[in-house]
Amino acid sequence: MDNKLEQAVKQICDECGNDRTRIMDIVIALQKSQGCVSSQAMDLIAKQVNAHRVEVEGVVSFYAFLSKDPKGKVVIRVCTDVVDRMKGVNEVGQAFQAELGIGLGETTEDGNITLEHTPCIGMCDQAPAALINDEVFTNLSEDKAKAIVQALKKDADPKKISIELGDGNNANELVKSEVKNNICKKGEIIFADNESGAGLKKALELAPADVIKEIKESKLRGRGGAGFPTGLKWDFASKAEGDQKYVLCNADEGEPGTFKDRVLLTERYDLLFEGMTITGYAIGANAGVIYLRGEYAYLRAFLENKLVERRDKNLLGKNVLGKDGFDFDIRIQMGAGAYVCGEETALISSCEGMRGDPKNRPPFPAQKGYLGCPTVVNNVETLSIVTRIMEKGAAWFTGIGTEASAGTKILSISGDCEAPGVYEFPIGIKIEDLLKEVKAENAQAVLIGGPAGQIISATEFNRYICFDDLATGGAIVIFGAQRNILEIVNEYMDFFIEENCGYCTPCRVGNVLLKQRLEKIISGKGEKADLDYLQDLGDSVILTSRCGLGQTSPNPILTTLKNFRSLYEGLIKVEKDIMEPTFDVKAALNDAETVAERQSVIY
Amino acid sequence: MIRNRSVRILRGKKMGKPKIATASLAGCFGCHMSILDIDDRILKLVELVDFDKSPVNDIKKFTGRCLVGLIEGGCANEENVHVLKYFRENCDILISVGDCAINGGVPAMRNGIPLKECLEEAYINGPTVYNPSKQIPNDKEIPLCLDKVYPCHHVVKIDYYLPGCPPSADTIWEALVALLNGKPLDLPYELIKYD
Repeated sequence: MDNKLEQAVKQICDECGNDRTRIMDIVIALQKSQGCVSSQAMDLIAKQVNAHRVEVEGVVSFYAFLSKDPKGKVVIRVCTDVVDRMKGVNEVGQAFQAELGIGLGETTEDGNITLEHTPCIGMCDQAPAALINDEVFTNLSEDKAKAIVQALKKDADPKKISIELGDGNNANELVKSEVKNNICKKGEIIFADNESGAGLKKALELAPADVIKEIKESKLRGRGGAGFPTGLKWDFASKAEGDQKYVLCNADEGEPGTFKDRVLLTERYDLLFEGMTITGYAIGANAGVIYLRGEYAYLRAFLENKLVERRDKNLLGKNVLGKDGFDFDIRIQMGAGAYVCGEETALISSCEGMRGDPKNRPPFPAQKGYLGCPTVVNNVETLSIVTRIMEKGAAWFTGIGTEASAGTKILSISGDCEAPGVYEFPIGIKIEDLLKEVKAENAQAVLIGGPAGQIISATEFNRYICFDDLATGGAIVIFGAQRNILEIVNEYMDFFIEENCGYCTPCRVGNVLLKQRLEKIISGKGEKADLDYLQDLGDSVILTSRCGLGQTSPNPILTTLKNFRSLYEGLIKVEKDIMEPTFDVKAALNDAETVAERQSVIY
Repeated sequence: MIRNRSVRILRGKKMGKPKIATASLAGCFGCHMSILDIDDRILKLVELVDFDKSPVNDIKKFTGRCLVGLIEGGCANEENVHVLKYFRENCDILISVGDCAINGGVPAMRNGIPLKECLEEAYINGPTVYNPSKQIPNDKEIPLCLDKVYPCHHVVKIDYYLPGCPPSADTIWEALVALLNGKPLDLPYELIKYD
């Protein structure tokens, strides 16, 4: 057995306390140091942490950023999200291929560089973009792609490629990235100036139950999209039995078109850390975990450093801010490229060192979550707002937004508009006004809440963004008149097919069948009955899937069937055929004719 | 599963008894056995319908327009496609009967393997094959195989599906009676439970 590998595995496992619930950290570290998690390495890890080998292999095969087979020292992952395609990523991808002399999914002969594609990496406001190892490269062009490859050929270290540093903390020594914040509109809550520690100080003056009461009075609802009342969730967790409780922050924004958490993590990390600490105090938890998506690994060192600074100031650690008996600390759990981990129970599975499979509910995480303990899972934005509510009071918060939907909402806006970026609006903004604000003329359709949300047409631009009308986690993509909506829908179906976890048949199979039928219609072979089929099957997938992924994946098709029906109907065949138009008997007979060396006498 | 559909249009014409045709494509004739398995009810069936083209009576060509065509088996070769098309042209309602017609069934196990490899395994390389001339049968009378086995609804429009391997005689009987009387089909759970 390879001694070096054995030592490397042992060292990494020791660092993680040989804890089987930390398998994610172990395999991510090994992938980074060895370029893969080989079959041999899996055996060694399983032995070291006393797990079955299949548990380790299950994790490695689940996540896109982990691999069993060796990859190049440098892995270029070109983001092929719909918005990136709109901004010309296909040409950029071809430039990468031409310059490297390899195709997508291949590695150069010297074993140095691997080229892959990846779904949305949270850079739609500066698309096309690519991840090169952990580094992010934005606003790519064919020339830039060529220059990057030439630099990598000289020195296979993406950190050494010369870039113009982004604004704010993107230029920080520990980030050093060319990512831009693109904060286009600052609202009163998240992007307003605040005094670090003030919210926490006020919370610690209250009893934990009063903190929950304050959050309940603020009518704060989760910003991830589902809009569950935050105070109520905390109440459940605080009343649930268990000595050990946890606060989890969902920083796995994977919804195509969303990128606001990236900006919050870069610039408003203090609000987030403080919000988690307040949550911990309120529900009686002493530990918090931030689940950071693998695509944002470039922010990890920076965030770890900020956590150290907070520990130094006693904002984290033992007896936080001198409050006797209140200990709280936060660790960062890295993800490894899996959209489904944004679903809270899948996120918990992943934190526990398993495949990112969603869990059955009930029990809900507030009763039995991370490691079987009562757990509050909140979104980055929700937790950041908590800090501000504690600082300024529930009454101040309910004064912003609408009566039913208090506060502001941060939107990630991209696509066909002049000013893509992050906007903080009071909840209740009209789509028309929003389009004016981002300078989007000629919009044909707007995607609200990412592909899991809905695609609306111009007739509905008089609707409002709020929990009672268009609820959204914050991803807004604008499609101009020149775009082919059905092709876009088709690309979003590719995304769901790629990203579903494979557990439930309706989602694993249903999405493929939906896409096949959609393609039949796009190719001009569809009949009217195919539209009913799409509706029926889409409804079934929603009804019978276990988690939020399958319960929303038919939405691109279903919402366009409703809002853009004429596009579908325009493609429907009028005349009826005897044969199914998708069946090509001549093509089906090709193989046999070659083997038999004769032509069919019938066809 | 069968959905309700009225056949009053045809019966309203008072053209005598409606006609039924059946075919077995790439199937094992098990579904036809199941049709015969309705036992003495076949006498009632004959009162309700006339049998047109079918292996049961060995009528080779359609004698006129049929109300119902029952199809067993999927499409594995060009002759299957030809027969299925012939049925679609001559029947008002086509029913895929059994798992081979609906999903391809056992014959579709070859679908993951290229046709050439399949034929070579069957006629040349298989461990029990004795074939000194190493020829793959290739008489021009033998229909050419398709690249894979297709379920019937991938080839022509199919109106209804009766799953099962085979669907039981009771299932087929209930379905036909409901269809011929223009009544909704209500199959008891036992008839559509397969494990």
